[in-house]
Amino acid sequence: MQNLKRNKMNTVFEKQNRSGPILFSKYDEGSGIEKALSMDRNEILNELRDSKLKGRGGAGFPTSSKWMIVAAANDEKKYVICNADEGEPGTFKDRVLLSEYPELVFDGMTIAGFTIGAEEGIVYLRGEYTYMLSYLESYLEKMRQSGRLGKNVLGKEGFNFDIIIRLGSGAYVCGEETALIESLEGYRGEPRNRPPYPVNTGFMGHPTIVNNVETFALIPHIVLKGGTWFCENGTDRSTGSKLFSVSGDCENPGVYELPWGTTIKELLAIVGAENAKAVQVGGASGVCIGKKDFNRSLAYEDAATGGSIMIFNDSRNMLQILKSFMEFFVEESCGQCTPCRIGNVKLLEGVEMIEKGEFTFEYIEKLKDLGRTMQIASKCGLGQTSPNPFISTLENFKEEIFKSKAEGALT
Amino acid sequence: MLVYEKNAVSELVSDLTEKYGKKRSSLLPILQEIQQRYNYISDFAQQEVARMLDIHPVEVYGVISFYAFLYDKPRGRNIVRLCKTIICDLAGTKAIADAVKRELGIEFGDTTKDGRVTLEYANCIGMCDHSPAMLVNDHVFTGLDPETACKILREIK
Ligand SMILES: Cc1cc2nc3c(=O)[nH]c(=O)nc-3n(C[C@H](O)[C@H](O)[C@H](O)COP(=O)(O)O)c2cc1C
Ligand code: SF4
Ligand code: FES
Repeated sequence: MQNLKRNKMNTVFEKQNRSGPILFSKYDEGSGIEKALSMDRNEILNELRDSKLKGRGGAGFPTSSKWMIVAAANDEKKYVICNADEGEPGTFKDRVLLSEYPELVFDGMTIAGFTIGAEEGIVYLRGEYTYMLSYLESYLEKMRQSGRLGKNVLGKEGFNFDIIIRLGSGAYVCGEETALIESLEGYRGEPRNRPPYPVNTGFMGHPTIVNNVETFALIPHIVLKGGTWFCENGTDRSTGSKLFSVSGDCENPGVYELPWGTTIKELLAIVGAENAKAVQVGGASGVCIGKKDFNRSLAYEDAATGGSIMIFNDSRNMLQILKSFMEFFVEESCGQCTPCRIGNVKLLEGVEMIEKGEFTFEYIEKLKDLGRTMQIASKCGLGQTSPNPFISTLENFKEEIFKSKAEGALT
Repeated sequence: MLVYEKNAVSELVSDLTEKYGKKRSSLLPILQEIQQRYNYISDFAQQEVARMLDIHPVEVYGVISFYAFLYDKPRGRNIVRLCKTIICDLAGTKAIADAVKRELGIEFGDTTKDGRVTLEYANCIGMCDHSPAMLVNDHVFTGLDPETACKILREIK
């Protein structure tokens, strides 16, 4: 097995060829930690606040608020957790960060440990990425050897920090932060009710920050160059850059670092996809955008995404794509709450009815209502967002989907 | 199960509890390592883990049944997971699936008679920029077509 190599890896986008304003720029291993240790904890939190950094895992919660709560908490144990469960269909930027830029991710976690007063960091790595494990472990060992992890990090008296890696076991829902914590504690990965949030009651009941891989990777740069510098890229409400995982019908699929606010049209030009018909922004739980809206921009305040950009050209059948997403949710729902467990099955059945031409518009409207109920009544983000593709695809592509079908149903 | 086999399982479980600590949060890594060794987690192993961690065996089973990558029944020595999510699908998953099924003579979800391969589907494995993709055990193979996929499956022991 060992001698079987990856087939046909595209070498065009290897690390040396990547470039970008922040993450894909130059960084010296350990320099972020060094700078952070020379600062006061509050100074770091202030830079973070000024950067207006929002979480890159999808939900977009302000990172400084999270860190400030945990930093202020009075508990002898606190935890730093890196969410590397990357399971959203069409997302692979954390894979690139971990395999090519581990120094950014781990330095970022270490800075987090210093800032909030934690001694333990845990990376929750999806089981599908087990092939990275030995490389990441050896990188952590290298950090210990050079004093970037362990007792008195880089000679800083009293700051001890280490990182361990735990593997997931093939459950998408474990990317949800409370499910992730359940899983780390040795339970079924079923999301908890929130509140309480992990910042108050996290891993083993202690205050915990859970952040995405990309969020941590940005930290060393913010510490080195400051929050104001970070804001030079992006928009007012979406500062900095974003890694976009671009796949589907385009000439150059891959990971791109672009400023927030880039329009879909601009992105399509960059990746060579001018003949796109539809762009699914935000993965299976995102929204499907048609040509007439390609001037929308990628930003928290407009078309938000944790990074997934899937491109479909004219030859693609939008109903087939929607069906694939609904099948995904039916399989990945943890089944804990009814709106999500039953609702996704009903939505999938609805797609199949349309496929066969056996539907009424009245029933489809009912299903959209059901979808809106799921958005409100589901316990976690999975069920709250799974109706998004159903509602948006049927709306934005209704001509393609219903015209031929309705005619078919008539004859 | 033979007595010495049982002893070996007990010993492994005890080593693993030592390694990860006798606490509930060690459950997943312990189960993952047992499976790595035995390729599934037998009833007896489950009971041993429960005993060592001082929890009910049903708790252990409940965890195993939740995670797609944990098995309570024997499966093939190699596990093949072909990505069926949309990007791979549009890049040719179906043709690969058909070819692989013919080549191995089994359906998805089944194991070859000689116990060499278990065939499964996976949801997006984060290789969409090199689709179609599949995992063979912990290894990833990308940019597949039916012929190369079958060739890879022939090479695994
Ligand atoms: C079903 C589901 C899956 C998720 N998967 C991930 C994931 O794979 N990676 C991730 O960072 N966040 C994921 N999240 C979001 C996390 O719950 C959490 O918001 C995030 O890790 C916080 O980090 P951030 O603030 O840095 O984005 C998921 C959420 C849901 C509801
Ligand atoms: S919304 Fe779905 S995934 Fe989330 S807790 Fe409910 S059933 Fe589980
Ligand atoms: S869709 Fe197959 S790897 Fe993402």
